[in-house]
Parts: sequence; C-alpha cells; structure tokens
Amino acid sequence: MIRFEQVSKVYPGGQKALTDVSFHLKQGEMAFLTGHSGAGKSTLLKLMTVIERPSAGKVWINGHNIADISRNQVPYLRRHIGMIFQNHHLLMDKSVFDNVALPLVIEGFSLGEIRKRVDGALDMVGLYGKDKHSPVMLSGGEQQRVGIARAIVNKPPLLLADEPTGNLDPKLSMDILRLFETFNDAGTSVLIATHDLGLIARMKYRTLTLKQGRMLGANELEPAGPGY
Amino acid sequence: MSQPQLNRSKLPFTGRIVMFFIRHIQQAMASMGELWRNPVSSIMTMAVLGVSLSLPAALQVLVKNAESITRSWESAAQISLFIDEGRSEQAIQSLITRIKVFPEVADVSYVSRDQALEEFQTLSGFGDALSYLDRNPLPAVVMVTPTNRYSSPEGARELLQKLQQQPEVSFGRLDIEWLERLQAVVSLLERTVSAVAALLILAVVLIIGNTIRLAIMNRRTEIEVMKLVGATEGFIQRPFLYTGIWYGVIGGVLAWIIINLLVWYLDGALAELLGLYGSQMSMQALSFNELLQLVGVASFLGWLGSYISVRQHLRAIEPQ
Repeated sequence: MIRFEQVSKVYPGGQKALTDVSFHLKQGEMAFLTGHSGAGKSTLLKLMTVIERPSAGKVWINGHNIADISRNQVPYLRRHIGMIFQNHHLLMDKSVFDNVALPLVIEGFSLGEIRKRVDGALDMVGLYGKDKHSPVMLSGGEQQRVGIARAIVNKPPLLLADEPTGNLDPKLSMDILRLFETFNDAGTSVLIATHDLGLIARMKYRTLTLKQGRMLGANELEPAGPGY
Repeated sequence: MSQPQLNRSKLPFTGRIVMFFIRHIQQAMASMGELWRNPVSSIMTMAVLGVSLSLPAALQVLVKNAESITRSWESAAQISLFIDEGRSEQAIQSLITRIKVFPEVADVSYVSRDQALEEFQTLSGFGDALSYLDRNPLPAVVMVTPTNRYSSPEGARELLQKLQQQPEVSFGRLDIEWLERLQAVVSLLERTVSAVAALLILAVVLIIGNTIRLAIMNRRTEIEVMKLVGATEGFIQRPFLYTGIWYGVIGGVLAWIIINLLVWYLDGALAELLGLYGSQMSMQALSFNELLQLVGVASFLGWLGSYISVRQHLRAIEPQ
C-alpha cells in the first residue's frame, strides 16, 4: 500500500530531512510511525500525500509511483488517502455535515448519495445526529472524530493519521485507536504517526521508528512483488 | 512495472456529465450567496465597477449620438454650381436635364438670377443698395444634392469635379471644410474614447483581480483542506471565477443604470442646445441590445480578472 525504496529528502537550503528510508506497509496492515519531533515524520507524511516529492529514491502509494504522477493527477491520488490531522483542519464556519461531505462534493456525488454516506460515516464515529452542529460546539474528541468521519467518508483504501490523539486524554485516545482498528478490520490500511509511546506499547502493531531522518531497525524491505 | 490508471471518478460517464452541470449551477449560486452574505464589501466593489464601466459606456453613448448628428448633417451636403453669365434660360434647363440623369445626383434645384436677386434683397438687408446697380450682378445657381453614396467629403468632391466640366458651369462650390473638420473632431473623440475605455477596462480587470485575491487569502485554510482531500484546482477555482462573473454582471447593470440616469439628466439641456441650431434631435440612451453587450463584456472582464488572480494565488497555496 505504501512502499518507500531508499528515499531521501533534502529541502532547498541543504536541510536533510530523510536519509535512505525504506519500508513497506502492506495492504490491510496497520502500523505506527514514531520518532521525536524533527525526526522526519512530517516529511514522510508529506511524501505520502505528494505535498513534497523525494530528492532520491522511489515512493509508491496504492500502486502508483509518485514520480509518474503529474501535478494535475495529484488530487486524484489524494482521494485514495483519508487524512487525519492533530488540529483536525475542520472548517469552523461550516456545519459538521458540510465538513464531512466535502470529499464527496469534490468527487461529484449526488446530494442523496452524499447524505446517505455522511450519515453512515458519522454513525461509525459515534456522532450520528450531530450533522447540523457547528464544529465549534463540539468537544476536542468529537471534533477529532468529525475529522475521522471526513477521512473515511469516501472509503479510501489508506488512512494516514498525523498525531490523531495529540490533544486528547488517554481514554479518548484509546477510543480513537479502537476506531482505527475497526476500519483496519474492514480492510483499510492504516498508518498512525504519533509520539505517544505509552499508547503504542499497549497495542500489538508494528512500529516504524524514525531517528534523525533514518528508519531504525533492520531494513525490512522484501523484494517487490504483487500486492502493494 | 505496470500501474493501474488513476481513475478520475467513481461515477459513470453520464452521471459525471449531469453532475458537472449541477455542480456548476450549485457553485454559481453559492458564489452569489457568498456575495449576498458579505453585502458591505461586495456592494462597494460593485459600485466601483459600475462607475468604472459607466465611463467608457457613457463615452460610447456620446460617440453614438455625435455620429448620428454628423450623419444627419452630412446628408445635407449640397453642391452649388454658378452658371456662366450670358447663358440662355434654355441652355440652363438643358444643363439641369443632363445633370438630373447623373447616377450620383439625388436632386437638382434651380435659382434663376431674378430669384437670386430677390432672395438677396430680402435676406441681406442690402436691398436698397442693389437698386443703385443698373443690372443684376448675381449669377444663376443650380443646387445639386448628391445621393447618399456621394455625400461624403470625398464622394462629393469627385462629383463636383465632374459637374465643373459642364461647359455652362462657370465654377462649382462645395462647402465641405466644416464637414471635414467635424469628421476630424469626431474621429479624435472616438480615439480618445477608445484610449480612455481601454484604461478603464484595465482598471476593472485589476479591481476584480484584487478583490478575488483578498477572497482567496480569506479562505486560505479552506483551500488547503480542499487540496488535502483531493479537490482539483478547477474545482477550487470555480467559485472564485463565478464570483468574478457576478461582479461583472452586477457592475454592468449598475453602469447601464448610471448611463440612463445621465442621459435623462442631459437630454433636456441637449435638446435646448440643438434647438438653437434648428435641429430636432434627442439623445439616445443604451438600447436593450447594448445592455446585453455591456453586461456580456463586463462579465467577461470579471471572469478575466478573477482568472488572472486565481492562476497566480491559488497555486501558491499548498497544504502544510
């Protein structure tokens, strides 16, 4: 689902963000990405969402080499990825419904279809019936779940979460992770970037650790084969 | 390694076409609603656009009316042929018959020497002085009105050349200098109008471009989010383009209203002025067709201004 082959990223100005990073997140796999701030987590996520492009090496997302994807095609690739942010990036002047519906509106679904899917997504994150609320009226945990509903509403094969529990207390954080597990059970690949090591320790999933732009642990890349 | 093609949409083809139009209408209406919700700033912008557009349109009205006035004067161009003294009345009549069949000639009238004298006596106020002369000093005159095609300065001059070759004609006179001057003035006016119009049109494009730039800056976060969830640039820029078009449409209608008020205000004064010159004309405002043209041009300018702005500023916004 995500495959990095000897990826390096040097920003203009010479700042090295990633050096020779290789890993493979398989289809249907759930994993954590961790490391101190400045270790390169954000850069890694930016490469996955084609906000940045690698200086060297290859990045494959859902079977697409991002080097082959033109600027105009980037939006279509991003529709394969549900993204969740620490500060959830909600539009505060729009209703919960409008926020969650955004990816569907962009893809051009009819209003009836949009309503059905938005209701389904809100139901999954436990916010059914709050579609008319403004995000401002919701608690931090609820806002985060609106962000998750928006990420899953068009059923992407891959979920990327950047510090999804950063502002939440342990119990709420656990709820959010359980939510990700249900999506993973349904076949969605999930990658969660977090520095909450306590949280990771309680879960059984693989952990990718970045330190000063390098991926720690054995180079676990198998030869390229079908299935990613 | 083969890659699956990035599919553009999950919808079937016909559904995509239908949704394309529905989405356009939705976004056009949403842009209108956006303007409605921020009335203060959008009314200011529209007023500025209305005033900017009304100036070139007013100049256009001016040129249009000036042209119609000169046209009515042009058709009154006449050639006076002074006949050699000593030609008999019969010779003159045969000359008139000959001239009448010229294809360039619309009408011929004749003022005999006696008639000319009579006219001069009544009009000039020198009637008493004339009675001291022992014979009539005035020549007979044949007045020739050219057809429309030959009433322009060049055409009339050509006809004059031809008429002067008639043996009975001592010389012909075409009082055309004032007409040429008038034409020069009108063409100068037209050029001025084009130059001023070009500048004001540029101003309209810049005003709309700047307004849209501010709108883009205000919605920066929203644009970032839309880019992150997979919105194409076309999708993101469309509401801004529609906003520009709406600005143009409403600015154009405002300009039309301003022009009509202006014409209504000036018409009385102009009628009085023209009345002094013995002319019965009233000013023409913009017709319905011209309203449509004005609004069409204005909405194109609105689209252009916002397109330039969107091209520049939307690309610069990338999610962080």
